[in-house]
Amino acid sequence: MSHGDKRDIRIGLLFISPWILGFLALCVYPLLSSLFYSMCDYSVLSPAVFVGADNYRKMFADAIFWRSVYNTIFFAAFAIPLGLLMSLSLAILLNVDLPGKGMFRTIFFLPSLVPMVCLAVLWQWMLNGDVGLVNNTLKPVFHVVNVLLGTQLSPPNWLQEAQFAKWGVIFTGLWGVGHAVVIYLAGLQGVPRHLYESAEIDGANFWHKTWHITLPVLSPVIYFNSIMGLIGSFQVFAVPYVMTGGGDGPERSLLFMATYLYQNAFDYWNMGYACAIGVALFLLILALTYAATKLSERHIHYEGK
Amino acid sequence: MAFPPLRGSCWMLAVLLAVFCSCRPAGCGQGEGPIVIKYWEKWTGFEADAMRAVVDDFNAGQSRIFVEYSSVSQIDRRLMLATSGGVPPDVAGIGSKSLPVYAENNALTPLDKLAEAGGVSRDRYIDIFWKICSYRGHLWALPTTPGSLALIWNKKLFREAGLDPERPPQSIAELEQFNEKLVKRRADGSLAAIGFLPAEPGWWNEIWGWWFGGELWDGHETITVNSPENVAAFQWIESYPRRFGTRDLLALRDGFGNFASPQNPFFTGRVAMVLQGPWIYNFIKNFAPPDFEWGVAPFPCVDPAKLQNVTQVEADVLVIPAGAKHPKEAFEFIQYVNSQKPMEKLCLGQRKFSPLRECSPDFFQKHPNPRIGEFLALAKSPNARFVPQLTVWTLYSNDMTQAFGRVWTGKATAGESLDDVQEHVQLSFDDQRKRWDRISGILTKEWNKP
Repeated sequence: MSHGDKRDIRIGLLFISPWILGFLALCVYPLLSSLFYSMCDYSVLSPAVFVGADNYRKMFADAIFWRSVYNTIFFAAFAIPLGLLMSLSLAILLNVDLPGKGMFRTIFFLPSLVPMVCLAVLWQWMLNGDVGLVNNTLKPVFHVVNVLLGTQLSPPNWLQEAQFAKWGVIFTGLWGVGHAVVIYLAGLQGVPRHLYESAEIDGANFWHKTWHITLPVLSPVIYFNSIMGLIGSFQVFAVPYVMTGGGDGPERSLLFMATYLYQNAFDYWNMGYACAIGVALFLLILALTYAATKLSERHIHYEGK
Repeated sequence: MAFPPLRGSCWMLAVLLAVFCSCRPAGCGQGEGPIVIKYWEKWTGFEADAMRAVVDDFNAGQSRIFVEYSSVSQIDRRLMLATSGGVPPDVAGIGSKSLPVYAENNALTPLDKLAEAGGVSRDRYIDIFWKICSYRGHLWALPTTPGSLALIWNKKLFREAGLDPERPPQSIAELEQFNEKLVKRRADGSLAAIGFLPAEPGWWNEIWGWWFGGELWDGHETITVNSPENVAAFQWIESYPRRFGTRDLLALRDGFGNFASPQNPFFTGRVAMVLQGPWIYNFIKNFAPPDFEWGVAPFPCVDPAKLQNVTQVEADVLVIPAGAKHPKEAFEFIQYVNSQKPMEKLCLGQRKFSPLRECSPDFFQKHPNPRIGEFLALAKSPNARFVPQLTVWTLYSNDMTQAFGRVWTGKATAGESLDDVQEHVQLSFDDQRKRWDRISGILTKEWNKP
């Protein structure tokens, strides 16, 4: 390495040092320290006492922790595919050459600019069992069904009934798919036109083109959005936290892993246990991301490869 | 390549930084002016105004100490973070329920020695308020404004239902007899109004057992939430969905407006009796119709021959966080607030009663709430109690809310739901006791430091 090279490296390091320092102080240090504190009895204010695997043992025996794991997986299992389906179909529709295309794109993107907390408060009212817009829309539908079938069905009290509460949060989440739509739209601009043209010559219709050209070319973008969706879904916190006023929802149906972590850290002063939940959440997301990568490897087509 | 112009700006930056660091708000100008006491309080609105007036009096009455009052939201969490970060305020106003967890986590300064030096003693207070401020043999706080819970009833609805408007129910059985008379159903059979609803507003799901003679904790190592008395109380809760229908009750509650609004079901006549504290006066004044007639009485017990005048007492308290910069001056301010005149000014402003034993004769004449005496009498009752001083109280309380919800919606029986709470809370409590065993040596040494 010549003198100049060394100097270049030094200058390069100097320029990225703010990032490196930030990464070390704000990411690596908290990550490692939470790993350490997960093996401590620690309440923030009194000294941490090392207790080995006690927190993890407690976690495995804690029915409420498992309830939060179930809720989180349930939420992710529906929120990710529904979000994917919705954002992808919206992107494909918004990519069609129509007058006023830009306006439609803006309209569908706007809701994702609403901050999480406002989104939660807004949907709390939309989903209100008594006066909510959602149920006001559903009531006539239920009325028709009741008349036709002679039943006595009524729309659910979304956030008050355990079996519907998570669906309320899932629907609320779908309102914010705008970011994913924008990423898909960007991806769609990269689909070579000549592929469509040659397919059209071969007599392909809209569905053929979508299935055989758009989706394969878009697969890296779908993969990216799915992974981001997976990480986001497993960290779901703000919306249910606001909707339940910091609680767990009816029969703990809205207690997610992140909520339980927060409760333990800041309500119950069990920072050590909260760190253990954090580590479990981290490992779960890591494992699922790895699995998703492995499983989808064969189906992702990179143009450059 | 060199960057000569940058060097100049770097120097400038360094100089500016040095000036900035050496002149932080706390350090700047110290020594000449008064000692500034930072005081964080949870109140807003007229409650904050009442305390601000007391703070202003204190600041005007002497020139050595200046108290800087700030209204802080989510004070519990902020205080915990600020204290752990080493930058707590000098005085903080929290709820008495939070004291054990703060004390046991070494977040507070014990006040025993300061109180002794300042001549603040137990006999000046209504006994329960001194007890509420003590934990593990130390004094951690002094009270500001207290509250107790009572049955408040709507006299007009009593009259309409053919009941004596001046006679509240004397037992749980009688409460339910009144309830049956006060229920109103619509033509389609749905509930339009009810006499009493334990779920409204649902703020005290933990303590129903008290009116049945139950205890939540044996005072030592055992949680006693599934004792026969507590189960009996939850069976009483359980009887509501059975008698009135789960969906009907949920639908009734769904139609209730916000607590702090004219649509509060107690003010609209959809609930005739509620369990509430002295603050209800402010809400009645602001939101109830002008001709609203109300009475205050002890909430009835299951067997009035054995048990009477049961209430829950709580208090807002002032603490000095651990690591506060000026604990002595902070205590001087707390002591000032706890002297008779300022305390009465504060409690009048907030429409509460005073936690002090001595009370000036015109306090009750000046008091806007004509029923304040009943709340005070309840606080002095031998059956007045406060929630158990447990570090797991928040978890306990959350669990009780869940258990109440399960019973209320018919998802579990009273016994099942309380057994679950018992198991879970006991486990967490055992963990906390283990923690205490590990750290008690260090902490007690620190607390007893001269």
